[in-house]
Amino acid sequence: MSVYILKRLLVAIPVLLILIVFTFVLMYAAPGSPFASERGVPPAVLANLQAQYGLDQPFHMQIWRYIVALVTEFDFGPSFIYRDQDVNSLIAQGFPVTLTYGFWSFLVAVIVGGALGILAAVRHNTWLDYLAVGISIGAQVLPNFVLAPILVLTFTLWLGWLPGGGWQGGQWQFVILPVIALSTSYMASIARIARASMLEVLTSNYIRTARAKGLSARRVILRHALKPALLPVISYLGPAFVGMITGSVVIDIYFSTGGIGQFFVASALNRDYGVMMGITILLGALTIFFNLLVDVLYAWIDPKIRY
Amino acid sequence: MITHRLLAGSALAALALGPAAWAQDTHPVTGEPLAADQTFQYRMLDQFPSIDPQLIEETVGGHLARQLFEGLLTQNADGTLREGVAEAWSSEDNQTWTFTLREDARWSNGDPVTAQDFVFAWQRAADPGTASEYAWYVELSQITNAAAVIAGEAEPSELGVRAVDERTLEVTLAQPLPYFPQMTVHYTFMPTHQPTIEAHSAAWTNPDNIVSNGAYVLEDMAVNEFIRLGQNPEYWGAEDVIITEITGYVINDANQALTRFQAGEFDMMDDLPAGSYPRLEAEMPDVAHSVPRLCSYYYTVNQSESGHEALQDARVRTALSYMINRDVITDQVLKAGQAPAYSFTHWATADFELPEIEYSLWSQEERMEKAMALMQEAGYGPDNPIELDLIYNTSENHKQIATVISQMWRPLGVTTKLSNFEWQSYLEIRGNQNFDIARSAWCGDYNEASTFLDLLTTRNANNDGKYSNPEVDRLMAESVTMSDPQPTYSQVEQILAEDMAILPIYHYTQNFVLDPTIRNWPTENVENNWYVRDIYRVAAD
Repeated sequence: MSVYILKRLLVAIPVLLILIVFTFVLMYAAPGSPFASERGVPPAVLANLQAQYGLDQPFHMQIWRYIVALVTEFDFGPSFIYRDQDVNSLIAQGFPVTLTYGFWSFLVAVIVGGALGILAAVRHNTWLDYLAVGISIGAQVLPNFVLAPILVLTFTLWLGWLPGGGWQGGQWQFVILPVIALSTSYMASIARIARASMLEVLTSNYIRTARAKGLSARRVILRHALKPALLPVISYLGPAFVGMITGSVVIDIYFSTGGIGQFFVASALNRDYGVMMGITILLGALTIFFNLLVDVLYAWIDPKIRY
Repeated sequence: MITHRLLAGSALAALALGPAAWAQDTHPVTGEPLAADQTFQYRMLDQFPSIDPQLIEETVGGHLARQLFEGLLTQNADGTLREGVAEAWSSEDNQTWTFTLREDARWSNGDPVTAQDFVFAWQRAADPGTASEYAWYVELSQITNAAAVIAGEAEPSELGVRAVDERTLEVTLAQPLPYFPQMTVHYTFMPTHQPTIEAHSAAWTNPDNIVSNGAYVLEDMAVNEFIRLGQNPEYWGAEDVIITEITGYVINDANQALTRFQAGEFDMMDDLPAGSYPRLEAEMPDVAHSVPRLCSYYYTVNQSESGHEALQDARVRTALSYMINRDVITDQVLKAGQAPAYSFTHWATADFELPEIEYSLWSQEERMEKAMALMQEAGYGPDNPIELDLIYNTSENHKQIATVISQMWRPLGVTTKLSNFEWQSYLEIRGNQNFDIARSAWCGDYNEASTFLDLLTTRNANNDGKYSNPEVDRLMAESVTMSDPQPTYSQVEQILAEDMAILPIYHYTQNFVLDPTIRNWPTENVENNWYVRDIYRVAAD
């Protein structure tokens, strides 16, 4: 097992390197520059700006320098747009925010979604099943860029219960709406997957055997059916977790949380090469890590899987 | 008797509390009852890239700079000049300007604000080592050697600005410029504190490090979330400042911001959702405002080799312009009080006499008739059609206007290919003349017509249509030294209309919503420069 993990981690290095080079090339292929402005920057100033950010170097030198700084000092370099900040400090400010609402969203999605799916499967074809399916389909088709404004209209403008945005160091009032908006569609997916796989497990032979032995329904479900039924859910949770903790453009833009999600779009539009690279690498590394984690969990849950 | 004594006693007690206690209840000048809560919150469209005055290059940072820093001169609510750090300024010949600094101007750390601070800041703005994207503004102000310093051909110390003594700043210009004092209002010319910048380099604007000299100081900020400013007790005019705290919230989405404004989360927002203004004005007339704003919306016509050859013919450009029914665009597309434009310079520009552009007086039918005739004369028309590339930066409004205008051009036999680009790509394409017609807008950098008209001189870097008329160049060069350049500006506008150098479309308004308890908002400042030190909140009825 540990050999397998080590192997996977070693493979991650070239994957990340390819990611860096690929992103670099794409970034430079896009027209425009971080320093383009409507007022026209004087040539000497532009030359200085480019020297300051190393853009005067040949392309391969720029990549090389970037990778060296990243590997040796863990330095993502400067932001090309936010001139008072570097990428490390932008990530240091934004990532904890994203991590917080991402973590709570994950928890809500797993608990509510899992419970809903299992309940629906156990009470198959009853009103409870229809209700659960109805809720999850409703939540699935309601994209968060629609849900977010509805939540703010309802809870901020009409009811006046919760602030419509901001973060304020993560006080609970500010966390609730982003978590609802982010977790809803994940919750729906988890509910559907859990219901489908639970239904499948419940019709399998060994469950019938367990029932025939006279085990209580509760014991059959919790002891025998739950674990195998969760396998497909877990394979979904890995990418879902990364998706949540690396933030969402929609959540950050609608709720002004200050998370890193909005940098995805903003840095591309502003040609903020530094931030774009930093966020891509962070996201890439997290994806690799959590995919590995999911595979390890798989082996732990399913004795049939061995690496 | 007892009652009388009691009354007298309480009146005495109130007097004993002193003027400060009174000042909190009513406004010292107008006598309006003031609210107990004197904080001001507003929405910021985006995270500001910087609040370093010499590095700022957009409006969000600019608004913050006006609260945090104070230049030589500032503005009254109507946009007229008012003393700032300088209490007097004079010039014999409009070429050498002397500013006398007030004795009690202080940095937030208690240091006096000296002439040397301005010398430092202005040299810093021009120094290519600072890499300020607004360095061109120093050159625009005609300060001696500015161009050479920016180009790296002269040392920053050779810039024509000198501290005669602690309180006297002398500025030498390459040529006389009567409106130079207006230009010192701009954030690029605000002073910065040398020891702080040297100690912390780029991090000097962090809340822990920053030293500023405005009415407010930076207290706290979180990227993409908020910024909070508190009163600066060292500010020389601190006694007259009523608003105690300013909070700016970053809210990208305009609809979301409007909902939060309506929920009472903040007091002011501009950049309203597209098309929302008529509804807001109808529903909340005391909250929604539309005031002139010093920007003009126009179409740049590519007159260089790379553009469609027909566009080099003034008759074709004129025909295109005549066909645009500006009233349809302002009254049916934009619907927020914008004014149809027939000149480049915004009608509300200070001292500018809007010339009588002939075609602005005709009816649209007359214009269309002339347009057809001109087009025929030039050898084009439905039988010899033209296809033009029309580019605009991505936005719902630009798209609607482009669609409407391309329909208006159809009778001329002109078909258009509309392409939208996001901002950075659009700038590059427009800057390299890879278009026939480009949606454009220009906002005045100072309140004087030359801020618009200079753009259409041959050598101007922002003359993206490559329009060139030696007469315009000559007149604009001469206008610089005139004591009253306004008639010359009108003359230039006439030439631009004859040549149809650009296709003017409309003059901007600033549309915003403002909580009605906030008073003294500078609605007459066409540059949209607001200073929170002048506003206050009255008690709600």
